[in-house]
Amino acid sequence: MSVPVTIYAARKILTMNPSRPEATHVAVREGRILGAGSLEELADWGDYTLDDRFADKVLMPGFVEGHAHTMEGSLWSKVYCGWFDRTDPDGKTWKGLKSIDSVVDRLKEAEAKLEGPDAPLSGWQLDPIYMNNERVSRADLDRVSTTRPIGILHASGHIMNVNSRALELAGLLKTGINNPAIPLGNDGLPTGELKGPEVMAPVGQHVGFERNLMDADEDGLRRFAKLCVRTGTTTITDLASRMDQPTVDMMLRVTGEEDYPARIVPLRFFMGLAPDELITEVKRLRDLSTDRLRMGRIKIVADGSIQGFSARLRWPGYFNGAPNGLWYVAPEQLSDILHGALEADLPVHIHTNGDQATQLVLETMGRALRAHPHPDHRFTLQHCQLADAAQFRTAAKLGMCVNLFANHHFYWGDEHYNLTVGPERATRMNACRTALNSGVPMAIHSDAPVTPLGPLFTAWAAVNRITASGRVQGEEERIGVTEALWAITMGAAYTLHMDGEVGSIETGKRADFAVLEEDPSAVDPADLRDIPVWGTVQGGRVFAAADL
Amino acid sequence: MSDALPVTLIGGYLGAGKTTLVNQLLRNAGGLRLAILVNESGALPIDADLIEAEGDDLISIAGGCICCSFGSDLAAALSDMGRMVPRPDHVVIEASGVALPGSIALTVDLLESVRLDGIVVLADGLTIQRQIGDEYIGDTLERQLADADLIVLTKVDLLDVEARSGLQDWMAARFPGKALILAEEGRVPRDLLLGSFAPDRVSSGGAHGDADYASEVYVPARAVDAEGLAQALATGGHGILRAKGFVDDLSGRRALVQVVGQRAEVSFPDQGADPAVVCIGLKGQLDREGLARVFGCG
Repeated sequence: MSVPVTIYAARKILTMNPSRPEATHVAVREGRILGAGSLEELADWGDYTLDDRFADKVLMPGFVEGHAHTMEGSLWSKVYCGWFDRTDPDGKTWKGLKSIDSVVDRLKEAEAKLEGPDAPLSGWQLDPIYMNNERVSRADLDRVSTTRPIGILHASGHIMNVNSRALELAGLLKTGINNPAIPLGNDGLPTGELKGPEVMAPVGQHVGFERNLMDADEDGLRRFAKLCVRTGTTTITDLASRMDQPTVDMMLRVTGEEDYPARIVPLRFFMGLAPDELITEVKRLRDLSTDRLRMGRIKIVADGSIQGFSARLRWPGYFNGAPNGLWYVAPEQLSDILHGALEADLPVHIHTNGDQATQLVLETMGRALRAHPHPDHRFTLQHCQLADAAQFRTAAKLGMCVNLFANHHFYWGDEHYNLTVGPERATRMNACRTALNSGVPMAIHSDAPVTPLGPLFTAWAAVNRITASGRVQGEEERIGVTEALWAITMGAAYTLHMDGEVGSIETGKRADFAVLEEDPSAVDPADLRDIPVWGTVQGGRVFAAADL
Repeated sequence: MSDALPVTLIGGYLGAGKTTLVNQLLRNAGGLRLAILVNESGALPIDADLIEAEGDDLISIAGGCICCSFGSDLAAALSDMGRMVPRPDHVVIEASGVALPGSIALTVDLLESVRLDGIVVLADGLTIQRQIGDEYIGDTLERQLADADLIVLTKVDLLDVEARSGLQDWMAARFPGKALILAEEGRVPRDLLLGSFAPDRVSSGGAHGDADYASEVYVPARAVDAEGLAQALATGGHGILRAKGFVDDLSGRRALVQVVGQRAEVSFPDQGADPAVVCIGLKGQLDREGLARVFGCG
């Protein structure tokens, strides 16, 4: 008995296969692509069902997001308090909140639905940068409730605002606190702002941020997948998971469910194990992989963030004179992991925001490669936001990839221009043009939940380089639409060694499609981000966003 | 407050000897139940022969000591220590090589159930001068050492006398006013590190190295301004590495005075011993006459 063949007809198929860039039909069997072309060309694969539900849609390869965190799914269990409109996993678009009063109002609405007088209330993605840096106080949040603890995590993830009850539960509603991370009001009591993970942790447990946010929970992992369908994403990384065994078991179970619509690629966070133990553990995880849960990769974080002034910068450092940032890995430890991973053939992705962190990785990688030559390692610099042309050239020579943070340029580009690194470096941040010109394999990313998941938005950001204030910042670093579409499909797939499997619509690859209402290659490049996404096909299974 | 669990932070870059020091502490715990908290950057730092049992989250060590990893939530780990039965006598946090002890201290300071006793930062005597000049990690080491109440220069046994004193001068110029000691093979008297002595006498828990140190007990003649006294001990240039003891405060209460390097702390526990303050310093550097004047008994 022959295996059924489905041929999908579409208005247009952008294959990202250079030898056959466009098609009208794609044939699918056993969750994989038999071929793309005309119906006549595909008909000879045997008996087929012609499925024309996409006859007025445009198909692209399912998007590949090379830097996101499943935590985004978990955060949607909390109240969205961000400045920008954002769509939740169920398709509801939450309006961005433009004042502290509107944040308070939304929290009040959520509060009214909570049961019991003392259940905690938590929110996320507050970003006072856009509200002229006006600070939220505990008095503001006390207007929501004085009986239940309330905590709102900032978009940076490094600051939290809490109400009086939360401070009280943590034993911090008192005078005499002498701690630079806990600003005090005129009354000598904390204002409710907690600046930094060190001081957030003791309060976080009282306001619903008690669990290790880095690892997805079961509901969060399901919600995350819905976001994937809504954005056309079929393969996505979870770029720093602690991956303890219960979490791994849960992820295997959930992603293994018949209707789980995304392929998750979790990278094991480097902390918690000595380098040799880390290598052994990640090899073990690699062997547990399934089609929809691809383990066996390592994530290292070298430095902090630029807007948090914790990224490691080379001379002349921060524009506002802030001291240099923080290392999260010691150079020796970085070296040990790179050596071990090259030897064991385990891919490593390294977070470097500042150019000094990038430089350290490039130098360390150069030495490690001389000790353990590897012709196709594809170790990837993640964010790599401040790299200059020389660093991109070196990365290319070393066989490294970069995954640049195109979305960041929109959300924080103005901040970088004015405050953190100044006009020149802000203008060349996330230098996609230079990266491509230097021959470095490149992807672009959202870092969801830091910015919203949405590969078409990310492509728009790289193509237009518009900041939140509407300025084009660094037009020389813009890339073309075709290049951006490549980056969110084949580019990201390449950084994961999955470019032979996903990222284009061609014979033998997974039947992963982004189903779009418009043709990204035909719309005005300024409108790329507004293209509606109908849903996805993942491994030959059809997922309509409207049916989620 | 009086029963807050004392916490000592041990910082310093990779290779500075933190693990050696921790193991020396465990070998010379002298009946103290120490809880060693390590962060998550690597293998557990306990010598195999000290380990009695190894669980998922906790290692039991000879003498009633324990060791566990605090992951990303130090606050929770510290709270757990406070609730443990039997409760540890002292918590020692071994920071990761790139951590800034001052940041960790922020967490410790926040918790009611614990008290930051002091920040001890180690530096490898053989490499510190080169490392501080390193473009990548130099400023990190500098910030770590600037956070220290007590700096311990390790591996100095591998330096000749001249190099040692050159290094000490260099450190003194770089970190003026910081209490600084030399340690061979992680050997620092436990009393100096942890202040784990009765406030009127010094035990001999850390037998080695004691020959390098002097201690003196002072009994103030009358009630004193405890805060002022503590500050004078910490910053008066009297050569004090650590001081601890009770005095009668001008307020009429009995005050516990604790000093580590330039860190001074005064508290008013419910129960206090008779007035007497033990002062420990390097032999030849403890300013006995000046201290006698400070205590009004000279």
